[in-house]
Amino acid sequence: MNTNGKAFKYGDNVDTDVIIPARYLNTSAASELAAHCMEDIDAEFVGKVKAGDVIVAGDNFGCGSSREHAPLAIKTCGVGCVIAKSFARIFYRNSINIGLPIVECAEAADSISAGDEVEVDFDTGVITDKTTGRQYKAQPFPPFIQNIIKKGGLLASIKEG
Amino acid sequence: MGMTMTQKILADHAGLSSVEAGQLIEARLDLVLGNDITTPVAINEFRRAGFEGVFDRDKIAIVLDHFVPNKDIKAAEQSKSCRDFACEHCVSHFYDVGKMGIEHALLPEQGVVTAGDCVIGADSHTCTYGALGAFSTGVGSTDMAAAMATGKAWFKVPSAIKFELTGKLPKNCSGKDVILSVIGEIGVDGALYKSMEFTGEGVSELSMDDRLCICNMAIEAGAKNGIFPVDDVTKAYINGRCEREYKVYEADADAEYERTVTVELDKITPTVACPHLPENTRPASELHDIKIDQVVIGSCTNGRMEDMETAYKILAGKKVADGVRCIIIPATMAILRECVERGYYTAFIDAGAVVSTPTCGPCLGGYMGILAAGERCIATTNRNFVGRMGHPKSEVYLASPATAAASALTGYITEPKEA
Repeated sequence: MNTNGKAFKYGDNVDTDVIIPARYLNTSAASELAAHCMEDIDAEFVGKVKAGDVIVAGDNFGCGSSREHAPLAIKTCGVGCVIAKSFARIFYRNSINIGLPIVECAEAADSISAGDEVEVDFDTGVITDKTTGRQYKAQPFPPFIQNIIKKGGLLASIKEG
Repeated sequence: MGMTMTQKILADHAGLSSVEAGQLIEARLDLVLGNDITTPVAINEFRRAGFEGVFDRDKIAIVLDHFVPNKDIKAAEQSKSCRDFACEHCVSHFYDVGKMGIEHALLPEQGVVTAGDCVIGADSHTCTYGALGAFSTGVGSTDMAAAMATGKAWFKVPSAIKFELTGKLPKNCSGKDVILSVIGEIGVDGALYKSMEFTGEGVSELSMDDRLCICNMAIEAGAKNGIFPVDDVTKAYINGRCEREYKVYEADADAEYERTVTVELDKITPTVACPHLPENTRPASELHDIKIDQVVIGSCTNGRMEDMETAYKILAGKKVADGVRCIIIPATMAILRECVERGYYTAFIDAGAVVSTPTCGPCLGGYMGILAAGERCIATTNRNFVGRMGHPKSEVYLASPATAAASALTGYITEPKEA
């Protein structure tokens, strides 16, 4: 499994309020949420993002509110992976639970530039910046989490036992 | 190696004699919580997964608090879906308009949570109940859905930072100034994935409302949970509220902490977090030139009775400055009622403030006090992110009820006097 697309780059502490502002939380419809994804940090994001693109950010990505609407909005607007130096814990958990691929890699987060063509191989954890030709290795998930991902999310893993 | 207080609660709920940091466990839950924003998503997932029933109707709490009384048609539909689900599954702790309150003020007040509990909630400020000596943490809606069906959740056992409290707070400071100072020192990811364990002789000087406020904002330092030891103050609060028996856990003497941070309560001063992160703290005394358009006193952080009392003492017999909108939101119906009984409600109106029924409303930019571009608010809420209370070009300054009320009278950020 992999994703391949352009990088959108942001800084540290991208919070869930800017990922999906609460004024849009009067719905849980994924398509409506996706239409406002990243609106308060990058108003042009929704118009530009294409399937397979990646978000690259600094430390503590997804901090703040526990709203699962945030990873859901990111996933639904086509983002194939979020690469960050670190993730806030509830966002990390939510992303795994709903099947939004996320990887931690400080070197990649520092080095990849906005607009670079990036490929992420989820099986090997290798991130390739095709624009610069550089490669990075992400931290692998612990086996327990790999199992949730493999089974298609938390609920599927529970149902399967 | 000994265990922290958090680790002991987790071990017990996982049926293990001991656990260590980093270990993955499955723990039994005493309560699963959701609100009117996160529960509808959980209900969708619950139904899609084909679960038929909830694990225990007495161990689920659904509180409508973010957008109620419903702010618009879509919010009304969300409340309705929660109401229907609660009815279908006979959820015992379902709180609708008329008996609701902001979840993290309401559940401790109503005795739904107690010492020694293991709680998850689909709301990041679920960490509040650590003030009662419980392990309590925020999760998302899918975790809530799974937990409603199974009564269990997986956790990575956290390591901990120990906060050693010494001395006694000055009279113009409260728990809010303590937690803002701590976040200012360690940063918004200073406790990422970790427990914040508060301990030391200073604990006994803090009221339950102070402790609830401090644990409430543990998430603003990235923490998994915040927790206080159970003492006489806790027991006095719990007794008579919760019918279930509580259990007291204590950290082992040889528990391992990543580090210890000493917090000298005597040296705390009225503290304000400037836009746009809770870690951007400054002494209120250095911000006198910041003009404000709005004041919000309320939220799961600071809408409790002591907060109302503090606001009353400062606002009674005075007038809110011209050009300032002052919005006061008691966090539960019981607190609202007490404000009426004690004459605070009338005093707030006479001062030129408005008083709302309980709601999260403006804290997350939902309704009931949204800011226009360029406007500034000093608020007793918990987040000052870009666009948190309205327009992305508005600003929120986080402060204690005393600082917010003092600022309402002058129209500028103002340090409260030593009462």
